Amino acid sequence: MNPLHLFRRSFSHGVHPQGLKEQTADRPIQRVPFVERYVMPLGQHIGVPAAPVVKVGQRLVRGELIAESAAFVSTCLHSPVTGRVRDIGPHRYIDGSFKQAIEVEADPYATQQLEQRLPPAWDSLSPEQFIQEIQRAGIVGLGGAAFPAHVKYSIPKGQQIRDLLINGAECEPFLTNDHRLMMERPDALLRGITILMGQLGAERAAIGVEANKPDAIEVLRRRIDDGSPVEVVALPVKYPQGAEKMLIKAIYGREVPAGQLPRDLGIAVNNVGTLVAIADWFDRGMPLIERVVTVSGPGVTYPANLIVPLGTPVREVLRFCGGLRDETREVVMGGPMMGASIASLDVPVLKGSSGILAFTEHATWRPKEYPCIRCSRCLEACPYFLNPSRLARLGKARLFQEMRQFQVMDCVECGACTFACPSNIPIVQLIRTAKDNLRHLSR
Amino acid sequence: MRSKDPQLLLQSAPMLRQGLTTPQAMRDVWYALTPVVLAALWFFGLGALLLLLVCIGGAVLTEWVFTPPESRRDALADNSAALTGLLLGLTLPPALPLWMAFLGAMVAVGLGKVIWGGLGGNLFNPALVGRAFLLGTFPIAMTTWAAPSGPGGFLDLPASLFALPFHSPVYDAVSSATPLGLMKFQQQGTGLSQLLIGNTSGSLGETSGLLLILGGVYLWLRRDLDWRIPVGIFAAAGLFSLILFTQDGARFPSPFFTLFSGGLLLGAIYMATDPVTSPLTPRGAWIFGAGIGLLVVLIRVFGGFPEGMMYSILLMNAATPLIDRYTQPRVFGRKRGGR
Repeated sequence: MNPLHLFRRSFSHGVHPQGLKEQTADRPIQRVPFVERYVMPLGQHIGVPAAPVVKVGQRLVRGELIAESAAFVSTCLHSPVTGRVRDIGPHRYIDGSFKQAIEVEADPYATQQLEQRLPPAWDSLSPEQFIQEIQRAGIVGLGGAAFPAHVKYSIPKGQQIRDLLINGAECEPFLTNDHRLMMERPDALLRGITILMGQLGAERAAIGVEANKPDAIEVLRRRIDDGSPVEVVALPVKYPQGAEKMLIKAIYGREVPAGQLPRDLGIAVNNVGTLVAIADWFDRGMPLIERVVTVSGPGVTYPANLIVPLGTPVREVLRFCGGLRDETREVVMGGPMMGASIASLDVPVLKGSSGILAFTEHATWRPKEYPCIRCSRCLEACPYFLNPSRLARLGKARLFQEMRQFQVMDCVECGACTFACPSNIPIVQLIRTAKDNLRHLSR
Repeated sequence: MRSKDPQLLLQSAPMLRQGLTTPQAMRDVWYALTPVVLAALWFFGLGALLLLLVCIGGAVLTEWVFTPPESRRDALADNSAALTGLLLGLTLPPALPLWMAFLGAMVAVGLGKVIWGGLGGNLFNPALVGRAFLLGTFPIAMTTWAAPSGPGGFLDLPASLFALPFHSPVYDAVSSATPLGLMKFQQQGTGLSQLLIGNTSGSLGETSGLLLILGGVYLWLRRDLDWRIPVGIFAAAGLFSLILFTQDGARFPSPFFTLFSGGLLLGAIYMATDPVTSPLTPRGAWIFGAGIGLLVVLIRVFGGFPEGMMYSILLMNAATPLIDRYTQPRVFGRKRGGR
């Protein structure tokens, strides 16, 4: 083990982008008003798109099931508002393509009160029933990847989860949605931890929070009694601390072997928002129909942390924040390190949307690309100890099979290499191209 | 708030950059070398400035001539050709005829860099390729050392500087042996304080140990330099030299002399650390540095030349791809070798 672990718990390598969280870190979460129109893409989670169970014109109440899981790795969708199904068909998705989606028109006269039946008490459920409940609630990992949560909780026979790890690192610059959630809903978070620990049979839980959120650490610690199996761990600020395997390394000093999952080490990792969503389902009967989104960046007039009903068009969210400044050049969904820029403001907020960021000239300008001078800054940045310099060189020559020899498939595309590159070489972009090609070749 | 949507730019994440660019990294080396250049002027007078300017000019001109017109501006803007010229100039004897220096700079950039595909493609350190060419072609001129003149003789230009091409240069200045030459051929040491300050004869930029280290510290603070390489060189050369010294203190130089004489500091801090021609991996950097340190003592003590820094670096440059290949770091979650 790295001797540095004696002094501070973290993973090796990584980069230190500026935090840029000041704009929203102290802003309490506000609720965005209901708007006229919502778009719920059927495939907004990882896995098989959900199958619609409603017809055009059908009346809906808020939280009603509108599409059900089409496979095990799939999840349910619910109506974010009381209203009417206006259309089921292709709608603009965040990546620019058109994807099947259910368009819901809100009823302007509805109170939008949530009137759903409560699910059975969590401690009366068998593991199989619990997994069904999570799938029925449409809960996915809210850290950004939107992986159906119930799949994570399906533990194969012979394996036992001992540690529940809660990801409150929020290492992406600008984002403060998890920070505010820990500050404002610590009881729901701890309730979610109790439920999940009970269901998975975990003995301990650790909440990993980066040290740039001392107020959140304080709030959580104050609520945790001595002798509780739940611990709050302050982590040094470093990107990509929130990457699952890096967080495990940081907290437990253990490496998840390549090709294995955290559960193979007896660990289940969950985002802060996911646990709050679990608590909301069992305590309030609210399925995943809204989430906290940070709206920030130099292009936003009034940056904020917002509860946004899923399916709300980005345009409406930005309108609530005073709109975009004239100098805006780019709008990004997610964090600035792993998010994606969007071409149209008509795309909806999805289960995996942690942030909406607007950038001006200063942040979008790129210096010219220079040749690689082998400065090894990318090697020092890569948390996976890959050789990005070599991978980029091979990628430019489209030598994808050779890249496989250099373990390109292990890359999690965190972008630390590209962030660190003084020659502005699109390293992670070349790697993504190679991984895509290799996946197609092996099919 | 605007009524119309802005024209949105689509870029691929990450959207943020750490800020330092390659031309800036090159510029940092210039800043680090400024005190060294000023010391060269102080000790060797105006002639030093002429030599350095001719080297830089030759290097930049060569880059300009051999680069396709459309990419010329970019190729010159990255500051790398001029830096090669400066580094070559700092390794030359103070009274070298200017035309030789110009030719050396052309070879440095032409054979050392351009034919490899330009910046980032070359296997050998370009400045040292130029110097190796000069040493092979003009062995006498390259080993005739003028004694430092000091500020009093600032405006005295050695006549040999202006020798016409292919004419034997006439040396008028007092020529004197370098500390390494004295040690090799006369078993005569030079005081450590003299080596640190730099008022000894030698190449333009190699004499002042203190200023060289100062620039190295600056580069290290700016994270432009892999500290493992110079530290590896110092450790290996110092240790090897210490072993020899304890065997026979009269015949072999002390470790201090080894570290502070000749081009060891200039080479270790500014040439061996050229990122293009040194290994990428941390373990590779240690091996690379240690190799240079061992070779330089070997050549100086047992070889035919009093100085061996240039050949040590060039030899280890050649080994760099191999070192990189066998020192790939262990990938996270895997065993060594990728399993």
